Amino acid sequence: MYAVRMEKITKRFGQVVANDAVDFEVAPAEIHCLLGENGAGKSTLMRILFGLYQKDSGEIYINDESVAFSGPRDAIAHGIGMVHQHFMLAGRLTVTENIVAGDEPRKGLLLDYKKAREKVRDVSKRYGLKVDPDARVENISVGQQQRVEILKALMRNARVLILDEPTAVLTPQEVQDLFEVMRKLKEGGATIIFITHKLKETMAISDRVTVLRDGRKVTTVNTAEVSAADLAELMVGRQIVSQAGKGHGSKGKVVLELQNVSVRGPGGRARLEDVALQVRSGEILGIAGVEGNGQLELEEVILGLRPVSQGRILLNGEDITRLRPKAVRDKGIACIPSDRLKRGVIDSFTVAQNLVLGTQSSPPFSIRGILQARRINEHAERIVAKFDVRTASHEQPVSSLSGGNQQKLVVGRELTRRHDLIVASQPTRGLDVGATDYIHRQLLAMRDEGKAILLISAELDEIRSLSDRIAVMYEGRIVATGPADEFTEKDLGLLMAGHRIGVQDYESSPGSA
Amino acid sequence: MSLRQAPRKWLPGVTAWLARPGLSDILYSTVAVLLALLIGAVLIAASGRSVVAAYASLFGGAFGSIYNIANTLMMTTPLIFTGLAVALAFQCGLFNVGAEGQLYVGGLASAVAALTLGSSLPGALSILLALLAGALAGAALAAGPGYMKAKMGAHEVITTIMLNYIGIFLTTFLVKAYFKEPGPVDQTPFLPPSARLPELIPGTRVSWGIVLGIAAIFAADYILKRTSAGYEIQAVGRNPAAAEYAGVNVPGRVVLAMVMSGVVAGLAGSSVVMGTLYRFITNFSPGYGFTGIAVAVLARNRPWGVLPAALLFGILQSGGLSMQLFARIPMDLMTLVQGIVILFVAAPALAGMLLRRRTTARG
Amino acid sequence: MNEFLDVIFDINNLTATIRMATPIALAAMGGAFSERSGVVNIGLEGMMLTGAFCGVLGSYVSGSPWLGVLFAIAGGGLMGAILALFAIRLKADHVVSGVGLNIFALGLTTWLMQVLWRNRGTSVSVNGLPMFSIPAIKNIPVLGTILWTHSPLVYLMLILVFLGWLVMFRTPLGLRIRMAGEHPEAADTVGINVHAVQYFSVTLSGCLAGLGGAYLSLAQLNWFSMNMSAGRGYMALAANIFGQWNPIGCLGSSFLFAFTDSLQMRIQTSPVKLPTEIIQMLPYIFTILILAGAVVRSRPPAALGKHYESGRVS
Repeated sequence: MYAVRMEKITKRFGQVVANDAVDFEVAPAEIHCLLGENGAGKSTLMRILFGLYQKDSGEIYINDESVAFSGPRDAIAHGIGMVHQHFMLAGRLTVTENIVAGDEPRKGLLLDYKKAREKVRDVSKRYGLKVDPDARVENISVGQQQRVEILKALMRNARVLILDEPTAVLTPQEVQDLFEVMRKLKEGGATIIFITHKLKETMAISDRVTVLRDGRKVTTVNTAEVSAADLAELMVGRQIVSQAGKGHGSKGKVVLELQNVSVRGPGGRARLEDVALQVRSGEILGIAGVEGNGQLELEEVILGLRPVSQGRILLNGEDITRLRPKAVRDKGIACIPSDRLKRGVIDSFTVAQNLVLGTQSSPPFSIRGILQARRINEHAERIVAKFDVRTASHEQPVSSLSGGNQQKLVVGRELTRRHDLIVASQPTRGLDVGATDYIHRQLLAMRDEGKAILLISAELDEIRSLSDRIAVMYEGRIVATGPADEFTEKDLGLLMAGHRIGVQDYESSPGSA
Repeated sequence: MSLRQAPRKWLPGVTAWLARPGLSDILYSTVAVLLALLIGAVLIAASGRSVVAAYASLFGGAFGSIYNIANTLMMTTPLIFTGLAVALAFQCGLFNVGAEGQLYVGGLASAVAALTLGSSLPGALSILLALLAGALAGAALAAGPGYMKAKMGAHEVITTIMLNYIGIFLTTFLVKAYFKEPGPVDQTPFLPPSARLPELIPGTRVSWGIVLGIAAIFAADYILKRTSAGYEIQAVGRNPAAAEYAGVNVPGRVVLAMVMSGVVAGLAGSSVVMGTLYRFITNFSPGYGFTGIAVAVLARNRPWGVLPAALLFGILQSGGLSMQLFARIPMDLMTLVQGIVILFVAAPALAGMLLRRRTTARG
Repeated sequence: MNEFLDVIFDINNLTATIRMATPIALAAMGGAFSERSGVVNIGLEGMMLTGAFCGVLGSYVSGSPWLGVLFAIAGGGLMGAILALFAIRLKADHVVSGVGLNIFALGLTTWLMQVLWRNRGTSVSVNGLPMFSIPAIKNIPVLGTILWTHSPLVYLMLILVFLGWLVMFRTPLGLRIRMAGEHPEAADTVGINVHAVQYFSVTLSGCLAGLGGAYLSLAQLNWFSMNMSAGRGYMALAANIFGQWNPIGCLGSSFLFAFTDSLQMRIQTSPVKLPTEIIQMLPYIFTILILAGAVVRSRPPAALGKHYESGRVS
């Protein structure tokens, strides 16, 4: 008997086949990894299982019983729970409200808040998932929010729990805690499907692995019988050449300097506190940290999008603290924003229009306020060719491009601006291996040309493989800075989680004291 | 709070709507207008009147003679301006529901300028100055909501609506207190002939205002398509966060778009006061500013789309008048039709359904 | 100047404030329900206007003002359902369709008024609602004086505001409404039918705005006049924002709006000499000022104005 059996599942989105006759079986009380690259079709398959998408064809069996889900309600009724990559939580509502919504205990016509709270306390105690039932979700940590999501599923008696990339937002230590919870659930008889693209975690936690590639199932194997390298090959479909050494940048003069910069958000809460850092030409400084610890504010404050409440920002020795965003950019900053669609492109504008976003009012694209169509088009042709942006023409709206090509467009646009500093924030998020590799090479090439690069990334592997130096952010402070090879992964994990470590090798920033 | 959150807070729908590709727009707009007229016909029939007689007098009134056609063009003129005003603001993601009020202050400013300067200056110059006064007054009334939107996130629909009432009361007060011609009607004296917009077709009521309107369309189209400022206005309308990130001065562009919109709406008032009425009469507008919303929506906010859309509503307006006179069907039915057109055109899923049904029927 | 102050702090003026607040508070609470569920409701104006018209129509047809009130609720609700259909099912931009609805309602009511009563300015007079008194509270100082005798709709409004608050914050339905407006996908994944919740909330907002309209045409007056709501629907939306999308907050901010409205009425009949038009402008100016001050500190529901379709999200 299988807890879950999916047969020949096919799902199309327009022209794209997201799942192509996928077979997928999960035994009861096992931890089963669904492994694949971005866009391999993992989340789609699980959203079908959870009733969020309707399959185009195929069969689903739960405990050998054929089922048809028209929505999550049906899936929940069959004991399936899902913890989404982007949490399905309303930030302004309380933990209790989020957990009981849709299945509220009642007292007459009213919602029985007292009983609801008790139920939440009960379940959270039983599984060792500690949360404050009365806290607003937006005020608790990401790790706790994830617990709320798991509690939500458990309260609904989920026997099959789908976890979609649950570790992306966690520190290494929090990942260990999560694994602990997963094991406990498994002992209690629950079945866990763990969606991931991380090999290390797959090897560490799973009993069996199903690999998806380009919407098709590659194989299912017992974890104990394979190596990480085998899985990597299955996942990517070709042998992975271990990345050529990043080499060493030759450090030059200081390009960017932040002198004890503080930023306060609404209500006077500190978003950045006493941040001091330097980026030299020819080096990549990696900012490590769990998302939401001030990275976005750091990016914004450098670009002049957020007022500084204290401290100074210097570019090539010149004070740019109070300059308007446009003036800042014109001083020579290229920027790959963390949220491409929200801030990097205007998706209803054409490729050519997007390629002058940021330079739309500067020569040669604009002379005395008039746009120079010919120059804009030539510019577009040049970048599209040079950065290999796959598009039918530069008259296409950017919305018609794939995520990888949109990112290439942003990178191409920014790297062809006059610049000394590149601020690259989550530059490979959501990209497949090919595009990721391409972006990494571009950044390294730019460093070798002598640009200064500030790399902000939540992917620890990315930080470690590209950076010459690393600074760790925690709660708006830089808690440690040092040469990249002097940090072990464990150290970084502890620092990211706010632990201080007593290693004197690191030159500590003022914020860490 | 910075603007960063403000436009996104209010405008997700509007921007998505702007971004929609416009392949079968014209086809669908036509269907929407026909459907709205059909609903109008049903209501006419339900009220016990003859639909044939009603629509015959409507189209007869709009096209029956050279004089009627000229009348239709006269009615079209302010709609070109108000429609363009609403469309321009929309390009920046702003919904200017205040064209009506801007039209009133623009009209009065033109009248006052013409009355005080008209007799002492040569014709062309006094016309120019009167138009300028109207444009500035409209811009002034629109700038406030633009600023409040940009700096405080105050919903421009509410602020501009409130300013409509304020604009109407203010102009009425000013006329009564300072510029009233003796008599029962609250209106100014006639403008000196030198400060009037000349007739386009001699002997009819269509003035050079309509040419001015077309020139405004041309200018708006040029600004949007060919200038950096126009690029930035559209960038803000479609994705304010990305625009800000790229160094665009978002509050500045929001205010600029509202000012441009106000200029055009103010000129709508000037065109009526200087080209049709030759004086400012309180409460003179039959809702040109609101019809302008329907015009802009139907035109999908494209400047050149405003011309046919304004013409359509000009026809309904002048035809509606004759329908009221001869078929005794209240003109307000046309207001109702406008509302339906806005609802239909603004509903992309409806367009999808209707057009899909068409294609399946064909193939 | 003293005369001016006397006018402001007149007991009669406070009584008038409660009266004037009634339609705004009802519509504002409607706005709160609609917007908490994620649908921007610019259409309150048209719903209120339709309610005012239907109220008179109902009383005209039946002779009973109470049936008129029911007509008003149904008429407003119908307008709410139309907005819901466009904004939810047909994915129209909420703001644009709201304004379209208002123009439609203005045309419809003015046209119908002429078809039925052959007059473009005002309708015939119908039976209005009688006053209602609670003599027991008459002798409580100030509060009793202000509250003891009013239209029954004033008391109904106070009850409804309390009930509205209870529903919004203390019932499963209210939780679902708030969930739908904050995070529709989250609501969907726990089995809440987001669209059903939104249809309900927007239609309810129409009923409440329609009831507010009935107050204008059956309690304050006993006839309908063209564009009778005169922007009160928009004021209600501003009051809703100022009231932080909370029925009780809506009531509080409606008093603020009504205060200038009543002041306006009082000044017109008082010895203070100000031009009529300037006095009439006051409520509108005040609305702008409140809105400009309010929005900075307010936080609308996170998914307000967005379209949601189950199973199509990425």
